[in-house]
Amino acid sequence: MTTPFVQIRRPDREPKKMVELQVDGIAVSVPEGTTILGAARTIGIDIPTLCYLETLRPVNVCRVCMVEVEGSRVLVPSCSRAAEPGMIVRTGNDRVKHTRKMVLELLASSVDLSTTPGMAALLDEYECDPERYGPPAPPAAAGVRDAAVCGHHTPPNPDFAATLAQPPIVDNDLYVRDYAKCVLCYKCVEACGVDHQNTFAIAVAGRGFDARISTELAVTLPDSACVYCGNCIAVCPTGALMAKREFDMRGDGSWHEEKQTSADTICPYCGVGCTLTLHVQDNEIVKATSPLDNGITMGNLCIKGRFGWRFVQRKPEAGSQEAGTGAL
Amino acid sequence: MDIRLLDAEPTAEERSAVDDVLGAPGSSWDGGDRGSARDSHTAEFGGRATRERRHLLLPAFQALQARVGFITEGGLDYVCARLGVPPAEAWGVATFYAMLATSPRPRRMVHVCDDIACRAKGAAGLCASLEREAGAPISHEPAGHHVALDREKAAWMHSPCLGLCDVAPAALVVEAGAKTVERSIGHATKDGVLSLLGGKAPGPDGASTPHIGRSPLIVGGGLLERVGKVDPASLAAYRAAGGYAALAKAVDMGAEGVIREVTASNLVGRGGAAFPTGRKWEAVRTQPAQPHYLVCNADESEPGTFKDRVLLTEDPFAIVEAMTIGAFATGAEKGFLYIRADYPLAYERMQGAIVQARAAGLLGENILGRGLRFDIEIRRGAGAYICGEETALFESIEGKRGEPRNKPPFPVSYGLFGKPTTMNNVETFANIPAIVLDGGAAFAKVGTAQSTGTRLFCLSGTVRKPGVYEVPFGTKLSALIGMAGGVPEGRTLKAVLLGGAAGGFVRADELDITLTHEDTRATGTTLGSGVVMLFDETADLRDAVLRIAAFFRDESCGQCVPCRVGTVRQEEALHRIASGKMRGGVKGELALLDELGDAMKDGSICGLGQTAYSAVESAIKRLGLYSDAGSATA
Repeated sequence: MTTPFVQIRRPDREPKKMVELQVDGIAVSVPEGTTILGAARTIGIDIPTLCYLETLRPVNVCRVCMVEVEGSRVLVPSCSRAAEPGMIVRTGNDRVKHTRKMVLELLASSVDLSTTPGMAALLDEYECDPERYGPPAPPAAAGVRDAAVCGHHTPPNPDFAATLAQPPIVDNDLYVRDYAKCVLCYKCVEACGVDHQNTFAIAVAGRGFDARISTELAVTLPDSACVYCGNCIAVCPTGALMAKREFDMRGDGSWHEEKQTSADTICPYCGVGCTLTLHVQDNEIVKATSPLDNGITMGNLCIKGRFGWRFVQRKPEAGSQEAGTGAL
Repeated sequence: MDIRLLDAEPTAEERSAVDDVLGAPGSSWDGGDRGSARDSHTAEFGGRATRERRHLLLPAFQALQARVGFITEGGLDYVCARLGVPPAEAWGVATFYAMLATSPRPRRMVHVCDDIACRAKGAAGLCASLEREAGAPISHEPAGHHVALDREKAAWMHSPCLGLCDVAPAALVVEAGAKTVERSIGHATKDGVLSLLGGKAPGPDGASTPHIGRSPLIVGGGLLERVGKVDPASLAAYRAAGGYAALAKAVDMGAEGVIREVTASNLVGRGGAAFPTGRKWEAVRTQPAQPHYLVCNADESEPGTFKDRVLLTEDPFAIVEAMTIGAFATGAEKGFLYIRADYPLAYERMQGAIVQARAAGLLGENILGRGLRFDIEIRRGAGAYICGEETALFESIEGKRGEPRNKPPFPVSYGLFGKPTTMNNVETFANIPAIVLDGGAAFAKVGTAQSTGTRLFCLSGTVRKPGVYEVPFGTKLSALIGMAGGVPEGRTLKAVLLGGAAGGFVRADELDITLTHEDTRATGTTLGSGVVMLFDETADLRDAVLRIAAFFRDESCGQCVPCRVGTVRQEEALHRIASGKMRGGVKGELALLDELGDAMKDGSICGLGQTAYSAVESAIKRLGLYSDAGSATA
């Protein structure tokens, strides 16, 4: 008996049905399945986002992108809610602005947003005043937040506003986890899990304000399933996950983003051919990323592509054998 | 899936606890001994077959908890190996549920309720004297304490509402071991708890003799008809009292006929959201996707609510029958009953009812000999209020953290395991047999035009006769309180918490409220889950508000920012008022609370965040509890 010929189905190229809706009074027509956020962007209305990323499934947890949909009792997350025929959407009325302001303010009052790109401008735009919740509580000692047990209540201290402040975790040579900066957007968990890497080294543990990103039993990364692809760093919106190199340079004040240039190349390690964007400062590679819109990588790399470039700029030490032979 | 484990060995005890739930492992690939005959058959493990067992994660953890007293490293590793769940994810699940311990605990734990209803009955004093005589609750021990922990000794800890508000102050004793002991304790006393901590065997379950009251206006059956009269442990007794006549009639009527009557009855959900049941059933019935599921939400955890406990404990067969009718009407062959962890007696009775119904051909294949197929599996919660939210409950059954989903899609099209699912509250189901037997029109004659039938209310707090009361919709709040005897002699009613922590307070001069959905909506209150908690002048209302704020902070799942951080800021603001350390005076704090409340209401994913400010807001605006606050004390 011969094996029947199975035709591989090509992706559906049928033109999708169009959905007509109204965003801020402007009629928009988008293909079925487009989100409100997507629809708004086609007419140049920008809605700020934090936990949303083009390459990940929306988890709609940060609630920054909330908009008003007529007929809906509560606001809806524009990043995940699909456009429906006849929807009337308002992206910037007082009600929307209030929730957005409060969300940003609540985050700013509890999380260190100093390395979140664009955040300072956003906090200004929405006139956020994180200080009004009181002076930030002193940082927790290392490991204390990881040991928090759900359901065990500790009454608040009326003198302080609770925060996530805690020392960064530096337990390997490649990257640093600074959870004082974590907004719990779930992006790293998604990237480590089914959306990209399928390594499942990290997950959300704990509950409520004590929820945190953690390995099993909060073991160190070298003891976890982590493969150091760094794809979590690539999607982190706040710099809570950061390459050690960048972390160290920021620490000693030598990180100058404005002086950096970038160049795209192809990763030399294997045949996949991932596009690498090399970020260069003072003629030295300081970071490697891959473009989000790259069809091969969708922003992902492996440990080699992301971290294996130090040899390029390794200078032989004077007097060493290598210096003598001129070898790298 | 290639997962990396911790390389921690389970003990024989841990292994057997898990195997009791999952069956013996097939090969070393899923945690068995190396070198077994099937080891080369790697394809038997992993892939879809393994992933489809993920929903057993929580039962496996519960088995470990019940046997060993906490989730050990070896136990966690073994469960992960057996189910192919990455340890980090399993850890995320284990740390989500308050009744699962992830660090060593003594085998016997006494959970002492310190929630609002118990506080009104002296729980705070009970906890304080326990702290003096038995030491700090285990939660407040420094981390290092666990190292020297005596596993054989007992310890106590605080607990949110245990659903025993009619016998407040309440406690729950749980002892891990080969034979797990779980017992609810009503009217807990310091000496009683101390003797339990000293090793005394607990007495009979304190939830076994509830006080019930029925309005004389109820003609015919009513929901509490069999309670206290018909043996809840006997199917024969249930049938003799007319049980299972409704199922037989439902099959005669056909699915569409049943839904027609349920729709005509105008029955709406009794869990709090008041969604029309007929519409929900019809929406599920007509979904093309298969299979359909049916879930009974028995995770009653709203502080002050215990009506479902009484139905589950005292009339379990009625719930089984009603679920079977619901399954028949909506085309489901598999049902789940998700019951909160702290109802051991209700769990036992429901388990018994299901076993008996199965044996009598009333569950399983070919029910009543009419070709109907349906079975019920019980899932127990593990200490998370949020799992009463329908989509969080689905996630919990699926073996995940109980994080609510964003809606739409709604459960009728995308529910449990992504399939069309009917979910109803216990009390909603309890109404079904009568609707089938007497018809929707007869049911709709009781109550008002918009709120039909009767409703169970949970009377607690400083009330003379706490218990579950059944009254027709349209009864005045004052009449209901009157049935329970009001506040004790010589005391004055100060406020009533209506609808639970997610409901709101009303003043003592507002008892003219009619108990209907339309009237409560018009007066800015809610019936919620049927909580009517009384506070007289001996109860500290500001303390109750603080406890409610603490409750929401503790029970927030942590997914969305408005709720996760908002509930913390809300509690902080109330504590600043309580300690006289206001920022911008009381006025400033109240304005801040209002701003927070609006954002939580509008921006949260689910009902928990959306209602986290309700009771606080009513205390501020209705009771004016803080209008004279300048001083630190109430």
